[in-house]
Amino acid sequence: MVKIEGFDKLMREHHFFRNMAKESCRILSGCAKNERFDADACIIREGDPADKFYLIRDGAVALELHMPGKNPIILETLHTGDIFGWSWIVSPYKWSYDARAVKPTRLISLEAKCLRKKIKKNHTLGFDLYSQFIPVMGKRLNATRLQMIDIYGKS
Amino acid sequence: MREARQNDPMTPTPYRVLEKRREQADSFTLELASINAGGGQNFRPGQFNMLYVFGVGEVPISISGDPANADRLVHTIRNVGGVTNAMAGLNKGDVIGVRGPFGSAWPVKEAEGDDVVIIAGGVGLAPLRPAIHHVLTDRSKYGRFVILYGARTPRDIMFMPELMKWRGRFDTQVEVTVDRTSNDWSGNVGAVTKLIPRADFDRGRATVLVCGPEIMMRFAIAELDGSGVSKDSIYVSMERNMKCAVGFCGHCQFGGYFVCRDGPVFPYGKIEALLKIREL
Repeated sequence: MVKIEGFDKLMREHHFFRNMAKESCRILSGCAKNERFDADACIIREGDPADKFYLIRDGAVALELHMPGKNPIILETLHTGDIFGWSWIVSPYKWSYDARAVKPTRLISLEAKCLRKKIKKNHTLGFDLYSQFIPVMGKRLNATRLQMIDIYGKS
Repeated sequence: MREARQNDPMTPTPYRVLEKRREQADSFTLELASINAGGGQNFRPGQFNMLYVFGVGEVPISISGDPANADRLVHTIRNVGGVTNAMAGLNKGDVIGVRGPFGSAWPVKEAEGDDVVIIAGGVGLAPLRPAIHHVLTDRSKYGRFVILYGARTPRDIMFMPELMKWRGRFDTQVEVTVDRTSNDWSGNVGAVTKLIPRADFDRGRATVLVCGPEIMMRFAIAELDGSGVSKDSIYVSMERNMKCAVGFCGHCQFGGYFVCRDGPVFPYGKIEALLKIREL
């Protein structure tokens, strides 16, 4: 119980959960654990089961696409206060990219099966969680579009 | 007669190329000095000159040098067409015509006491460089100073040594991001707009100067909007087809304004409605 309360506090301090109902945060904290990665460590790997989602407490993470025989392409870097890994929401629950710690990084991971089970039972919790996710996804989509159109190219 | 000609905004003054530096594959910097004794140019950060390659043509180019150094006129140029291509062929000692300086300036004086945020994309860092020099020279007159810069790839980052130098200062936050790269780059990857929420400045007491492709500026403003930054505190540098540079020819008309005369730097609030008109 003490452990869950600890995560509850940590999660509420995180930017992603800042506007979430206290009770929802408390329930979700039961799926949470702390993780730590050294610089350059692989956190998730494309094609593996998407069994978690992550909050960055401190550090930086690069989302990458691997290219056979070449250096991976970095799609985006994420920092303290960001989240990553929403493949856990969408069937077939597989990661669609790699994630690598750019420097020593501390994360909170939330276990996907546990999350899915809780939001299936408690739709208010699901609504609350998705209400946090959708704006982040929207902003990321906009930023990705901007990144894709080569705005700095010769016009 | 000669003096009258020198004051004529339509008559180019001859300048000699002191130095030419390659910045990236498609851009270079020219450092110029007036051939006329006692020449030189006092300009305000954000203004531009018309640079004339004799026998080829004339183009508007922002001034990218230090406004405190009137003897050395600095322009950073992207090689995108016939005239800039001819400029790329100039060498030390060659002569070029200069008309200017023209246009409005970044509000560096009005921003004193405020936090100052620079948001630049691609070659858009060049017109902001004089403002950066100005703020750094008078650093104590400003609050927090943040420079956010986005480029296409690490190879396309302009003024890299200077960015590193500015980043090394304890009183300046410099964040650089690129759109694409492989993992030999350890910096940020993503659109420049993503740097804005992480920047450390007082949203209610900041002057924000934005320069880059118009799409980038729109998205940057959208990111600032709703974060507490007032529209009147945001300034953008517009680019249109400037020819005469004095508001006669009308080529650069932008709604009720001429970009050459009323701009290129505009308070965002002044042109917000115009930016939504797609035909402009």
